[in-house]
Amino acid sequence: MTRGASEWSPEAYFLNNVALGVCVVIGILVFGAMFISMFRFRKSRGAVAEKWSHNTMLEIVWTTIPVIILIVLAYLATGGLRTFADTTGSEMTVKVTGYQWKWRYDYVEYKGKAIEKVGFMSKLDRESDETRQLNSGLDPNSVKVDGYNTYLINVDKPLVVPVGTKIRFVITAGDVIHSWWVPALGWKMDAIPGIVNSAWTNIKEPGEFRGQCAELCGQDHGFMPIVVKALPKAEFEKWLAEQEAQAKQPAPAAPAAAAPATAQAIEAPVSQGHQG
Amino acid sequence: MAHAATHDHHDDHHGAPSNFFVRWCMSTNHKDIGTLYLVFSLLMFFIGGSFAMVIRAELFKPGLQLVQPYFFNEMTTMHALVMIFGAVMPAFVGLGNWMIPLMVGAPDMALPRMNNLSFWILPFAFALLLSTLFLPGGGPAGGWTMYPPLSLQGDSVAYLVFAVHLMGISSIMGAINIIATILNMRAPGMDLLKMPVFVWSWLITAFLLIAVMPVLAGAVTMLLTDKYFGTSFFNAAGGGDPVLFQHIFWFFGHPEVYIMILPAFGLVSEIIPTFARKPIFGYKAMVFAIASIAFLSFIVWAHHMFAVGLPLGGEIFFMYATMLIAVPTGVKVFNWVSTMWGGSMTFETPMLFAIAFVILFTIGGFSGLMLALAPADFQYHDSYFVVAHFHYVLVTGAIFAIIAGTYYWLPKWTGRMYSEFWGKMHFWNSVIWVNVLFFPQHFLGLAGMPRRIPDYNVAFANFNMISSIGGFLFGASQLIFVGVIVHAVWFSKKKALDRVWEGAKGLEWTVPSPAPFHTFELPPVIHDEELAHGHVED
Repeated sequence: MTRGASEWSPEAYFLNNVALGVCVVIGILVFGAMFISMFRFRKSRGAVAEKWSHNTMLEIVWTTIPVIILIVLAYLATGGLRTFADTTGSEMTVKVTGYQWKWRYDYVEYKGKAIEKVGFMSKLDRESDETRQLNSGLDPNSVKVDGYNTYLINVDKPLVVPVGTKIRFVITAGDVIHSWWVPALGWKMDAIPGIVNSAWTNIKEPGEFRGQCAELCGQDHGFMPIVVKALPKAEFEKWLAEQEAQAKQPAPAAPAAAAPATAQAIEAPVSQGHQG
Repeated sequence: MAHAATHDHHDDHHGAPSNFFVRWCMSTNHKDIGTLYLVFSLLMFFIGGSFAMVIRAELFKPGLQLVQPYFFNEMTTMHALVMIFGAVMPAFVGLGNWMIPLMVGAPDMALPRMNNLSFWILPFAFALLLSTLFLPGGGPAGGWTMYPPLSLQGDSVAYLVFAVHLMGISSIMGAINIIATILNMRAPGMDLLKMPVFVWSWLITAFLLIAVMPVLAGAVTMLLTDKYFGTSFFNAAGGGDPVLFQHIFWFFGHPEVYIMILPAFGLVSEIIPTFARKPIFGYKAMVFAIASIAFLSFIVWAHHMFAVGLPLGGEIFFMYATMLIAVPTGVKVFNWVSTMWGGSMTFETPMLFAIAFVILFTIGGFSGLMLALAPADFQYHDSYFVVAHFHYVLVTGAIFAIIAGTYYWLPKWTGRMYSEFWGKMHFWNSVIWVNVLFFPQHFLGLAGMPRRIPDYNVAFANFNMISSIGGFLFGASQLIFVGVIVHAVWFSKKKALDRVWEGAKGLEWTVPSPAPFHTFELPPVIHDEELAHGHVED
């Protein structure tokens, strides 16, 4: 796990490290006592068994100390839960919808202004999709973007968002339960048909952040990744304006592309307009 | 306190029935029924294990080499269902059936014919479940957790629901039998607070079973009616809620995992004192801790649902309640260590597995504590970190305890000593390869690998390969166990004493090895000094 790229992601990272530290210390004490006793108190070494079998004070001590440790951990964790739950003050809203087996992103509003008809499907990129077919003969190691292996973690159309902006996600699904997970943002949220969940992020630096569906959703559960592309605000606003302009134009006749028998991805048509 | 009852004369005049069908299909004998459960569970362990081998074989390298994704999902679903309901639970019932009457001085279980039915339901239930793999549409592939709407896709729903109902009925009847036996049929002088910890653990587990198996039955019945009878319990379009299923399922599911570990705690609490030649440390605290864990297990279920969109108050409550379970569990671990400390230990195979349990189950407990912290769980949930956690507590936890209990009591059952050399070979192979198999999965989860996927990015390749190698070797080493058992039952020349182990205490060691078909037909005279917990001051 890394510190992540968002304002909240360090919470999960910090808790992970603190809890791990506590466990390592307790482990050293407990396993240490066990290994010492296995060496010192072996019959082959002539050890004679003690007769005692209880010590109330000791029991109280090793009940109370763990309770105190847990109270400290609970205190550290509660703050993170409360800040995660608070989506107020968001400057932008994006709707995420999970389908079998792809995501849909719709831009709802930005800086208080509703966005019309900017939305698209985002599915596994074609190269990964061809490579992952059973006995494709293709090598996952060679699926790369800019020298970085993106096998099964790349999409045809990423979600584009601005940095330094509190973005509220409203997340739902169209068929079965999915889950939207980008580790760099620090959280995942289930996408449930009939329910709208909300979450937020505020990405600190530009970059591309990759994730995967995190709730079993059928045969291609492992093949519907997520890519979030964070741009500096000016670039994002330019991108958004372009999307809105294209959405206002009538869509050109979509090429009559019959879906191939295998689940191979097709290049998305040029029009960025509302896709069904 | 000695009581004025005649000593048990081991009456062999009417031993086991000579007719094979009568003896094994119409058994009313707790020992034979215990054997049936244990043999069944070993067979299911290998079936569920072979599904795991398919999983690890596909995950050996990135890319899809062996199976289609849908079949992979069938494998993960069936692996869990078979292991949970076919291997772990029946094994504990088998150990309970064999040993509880012996440990409390009873001649048999309270309801011997119902006992027989409880067992024989299971082969039919699993034949039904496993047959779905041969249906045209395949078997269930929505995970053992069966979340709708996904679990309602496909045509094996009815078979799965019926199989689960059958297993549930078996467990409920078995649990009733256990409670009735323990509460009503203890020999005079076997007070509750003098019972072995294993008996206590089963008494409490039986209450959990009766409380929650009906809840599972309700949940799967609602799945059935949603699919076939037009209800909308879990269908938002009809006014229902998919999350409702999750609440109902996990209200069963969380106590279920404690059902799968409390008897293991009991087993370890029998074995360590025997081989440390020292009484269990803090007997009353151990019993009380088991009861506390059982109680707490009812109020933590939503920690399986932290990413579902629970309200903030819910997340906070379930986080705190989940963390609380660490307290009684920690007490138990400290008490096992304190039993070892100051003892005079030898390290026969049962003790090796019991010690490995304490260490490795504790590691599983550590990852459990990390998972309890909800903000961190937003990263761990549905990743391989969870897979690592539950396999540590179930494989190096429950399964190792079952294996330890089998080695511990096998000489009592068969009258012959197993091969200590091969037992140790089984142990060392198991403990090494199981860690190669599951420890890397913590890192896979932390690195961002989700669960239940048949293929993955090359960044996850190395640890997946290591894990798969561990899987193949761990699976292979379980064949040593089969060899040990076969040899002990049919070929071993070394006769076992009645008191097989020098430090062993309790009523089961006062009957001959092998235990006669009927034991304690007259209640035994109980001498407190002979019990493991005869003098209880704390």
